Order: sequence, then C-alpha cells, then structure tokens
Amino acid sequence: MADLSVLLREPSPSGVLAGVDPRFRIVAAFAVVLAVIQSSTPLALVAALGLSAVLAMAANLPLWATLRRLAVMESFLAVLVAMLPFTLPGRPLFDVAGFPASQEGLARAVTIVIKVNACVMAIAALVSTIDPVVAGHALGRLRVPDKLVLLLLFAVRYVAVFADEAERLRRAMRARAFRARNDWHTWQSTGWLIGMMLVRSFERSERIAAAMKCRGFSGKFPLLDDMRAGPGDGAFAALIGLAVLALVAVEGLA
Amino acid sequence: MAPLPAAPGGADRPGAIDKYDKVFFYLTAVDGPVGGSVAVSAHLEVAIAHIPDGVLSVPVVAGDAVIAATAVVYALRKMDYETIPRVAVMTALFFVASLVNVPVGPSSAHLILAGLMGLVLGWAAVPAVLIGLVLQAVLFGFGGLTTLGVNTVNIALPAVLWAMLLRRALLNGPSVSRVAFVAGTVSVLSVASTGALVAVSLILTDSRYLTSAQLILVTYLPLMAVEGLVVAAAAGFLARVKPDILGSAVVVATPRDAVFHG
Repeated sequence: MADLSVLLREPSPSGVLAGVDPRFRIVAAFAVVLAVIQSSTPLALVAALGLSAVLAMAANLPLWATLRRLAVMESFLAVLVAMLPFTLPGRPLFDVAGFPASQEGLARAVTIVIKVNACVMAIAALVSTIDPVVAGHALGRLRVPDKLVLLLLFAVRYVAVFADEAERLRRAMRARAFRARNDWHTWQSTGWLIGMMLVRSFERSERIAAAMKCRGFSGKFPLLDDMRAGPGDGAFAALIGLAVLALVAVEGLA
Repeated sequence: MAPLPAAPGGADRPGAIDKYDKVFFYLTAVDGPVGGSVAVSAHLEVAIAHIPDGVLSVPVVAGDAVIAATAVVYALRKMDYETIPRVAVMTALFFVASLVNVPVGPSSAHLILAGLMGLVLGWAAVPAVLIGLVLQAVLFGFGGLTTLGVNTVNIALPAVLWAMLLRRALLNGPSVSRVAFVAGTVSVLSVASTGALVAVSLILTDSRYLTSAQLILVTYLPLMAVEGLVVAAAAGFLARVKPDILGSAVVVATPRDAVFHG
C-alpha cells in the first residue's frame, strides 16, 4: 500500500536550490516564467530553455520524473499546435494530404512548445521542490490573504488523509472484483465512491471544526517559523535577476 | 492487491518530486482488466482544463487574473472563520477525488468535479479550485503560475454560476432521481463551459487558434458525458445518504431506495 505519510514528511534537501529561502524561490519562479513567456526570438528561446535546464540541474531534479511530467503537458500541446502549420499562412514547407504546412506556422508551433516546456521545468525546479507546508508558510509571509493560506495548509494536511481513504475504498472495490470498464456500473460505482468520500469527509470536517473551536481557534493560524534571508539567498536573487534581465535583453536586442 | 507502479526515477532518490509522483501515479492508475493498475498512457490525456504557461497572450492572462482575484476576494469575504475548516477539508477532498481516473472509451480521464464543488461549496468553490491548482503546481509541478487566474476562472466560475442557477430545481422536487439529474446537468454544463472558456482563451490570444480550439472542444465531449454520469450517481448517493451536503433540500429517500441502498 502506498505510504502516504510521505506527504507530511519533510523532503530531504538535495541540490543547490534546496537551501534557498522558499519565499525567494516562489518569487523567482514567477520572474523566470514571466521572462520566458515574453521571449519569441530563436536566441531568446534557446536561452530560456538553457536557464530552465540549469535550474533543473541546480534543483537536482530526477530525470525520469521530470520527463514524465513534461509528457503530460505534451499531449495537450500536441492538439494545440498540431494545426498551426496548416492554419497559419506562409511559405509552404511540405504537404499533408494536400494541405500545405507553412514555415511560419511550424516556427510558431516550435516556439510554443519550447516556451511551455521551459516554464514547466522552471516551476518544477523552483516550486515543486518546496515542501508544501513550507510553501504555505512562505505564501503567508509573502502577504497572501491569510484565509487562502489557511485553506492551503489545511488542504495539504488532508490531501494525505483522503488519498489514504480513497485508496482504502478502492482496495475494497477491487476485493469485490471491481474492474473499471466503459459501462454504467463503473460510472455509478465511481460516483458512489466519490459520494462516500464526500460523506465521510463532510463528517470529518465537522469534527475538525469542533475540535479546533475547543482549542480556541479564532481564525488565525500562527505561522511559527523564522524565514530570514541570508547572504546565499541574496546571491540567488541577484543571479536570477541577472538571468531574467539577460533574457529580456536578448529578446529586446534581436 | 495491485502493486505500486514503480517510479522510473528511482525509489531511493531523495526530494519531494519522486514521492509525490508516486502518490499521484498510484491514485490515478486505472484498474486494468488483469488486476494490474498501471496505465501510464492514462496520463497522456488531452482534455486538460489547465492551460500551461507560455500559451496565452498577456492581455488574456492579466484579464483573467483580475477576474479570478475579484471572485476569490468575494468568496473569501463571504466565508467566515467558522466555515474555513469545512471548506478547507472539502478542498482537499475534491483535490483527491479529481485524481481518480475513469475510463473513457479507449482512453481515460480525470474528472474535474467542478459542478459538484459548485453545488456543495457554492462560492467557496472558487478559492477551492485555486488552492487545487496551487497544490498541483507545488506537489506535481504542473499547471502554470501565470495561468492560475485563467484556469481558476475557466474551471470554477461556470460551475458556481450553473450551480447557483439550477440549485432552485433541487429545492422544488425532493426526489433522488431529480437530485441526480440536476447535479448531472450542472456537471455537464460546467465541463462544457470550461471547454468553451478554454477555447475562448485560446481564440482571444490568437484567432488562428480557431481550428485547435475546435479540436480541443471535441476532446471535451467524452469527458462531459462521463462526468455527468458519475456526478449524477454521486449526487443520487448523497441524496439518499446525507442530503444536507448538497446544502439544500431535505431529500427524503423512498422506502424502495432505502431497502436497496440502506
């Protein structure tokens, strides 16, 4: 059975980025993504991809998990850009079933694919390496509304619980020889599974609310941590700042 | 029971990603015909409601971010600290439930469940969807950062609005089949609207996306059908077992239902 307690354990730090203040990493992720999506010239795109690759290496991202993650995006992208060479007018490159594919369309398709992949990689490197609880605290420190932070912290806590519960219920279904097929029985069973999870979590949520009230919950969740930026975080911010500026400059000069 | 699908990244490797990937792949695996539960192809799904960074134009992204922020602020205002634990727990529940994979023809799909969220949570579905998207970025590393607003608007707003519009029908006729029908309808309409909004976001970015947008809309059709059926079943179940979750009518189960599903 899946050991879902991993969701609550702190990930062991690996890679250079692990030591950087999570607040800096979140802000950096936004900066890098913004810099990447404004790129359009070939040089800037290559630079963007390079920056993301460097970040991925600095975060010590596992190769296969990262590639698999990219593959999820790729199928959506495929539908999105597959038609571009045929719908964008321009110099014809080749024919598919009598429809000419334009060079401009192909260039646009490649541009989008590079940009999306660079962004996904940058987010994976900068954000998804942060422990979710720490990410919640960091967002709180970044002045995200406290109700939202509360929702996030709670959700992180209970995703693990419900994942466990979902697995338990599904194992019970499998024990009764349930097989997912394309039929009403499958859809109904899935619906009942979701309904059952809803009922249980609804009742659990009332117990939680009552228990919290007993302990004096007044709507505030004190964030007990001291996030203090060190010289290393300053260096990280400077490097990211330089990289972002360089990307913008490369785009602007071309 | 089926074994945990192996993570090709190497199980011993430290770091969060592998661990969450494992959880993700375990939960989303489809129960296959031979009892195995691995279906990596299931993840190459097309009807993704989350637009990644780098596809949309800045005006579309910025405009939707403003709309999403407004909706979130409004929803948070309506939510007092008493209800936060409840909404938060339901947020986690919906996040997990939407990871459950359902076969659709030769492929499979994750349910969005936004329609059901709209019915159960009302306006709180907006921050719930936003948190779900943030969790997806933090835990699994996909989705997008600049498109958080777009995706929140595309997924949550239609669900909240359709649920508000059709909730009345739940109040009038307290019968299990009616609840199931209304919830299914809300879901179908929500998924259809999400698909339409994704298409509109693309077309507003560049009118030459028209063909791609139409293609994407077609990929939403099977999801619409399955989501409608599953949510109808879920709502029928709720109407029998715990009607107050749907926040509305006191639905009284008929004796026949009680016998069948007690």
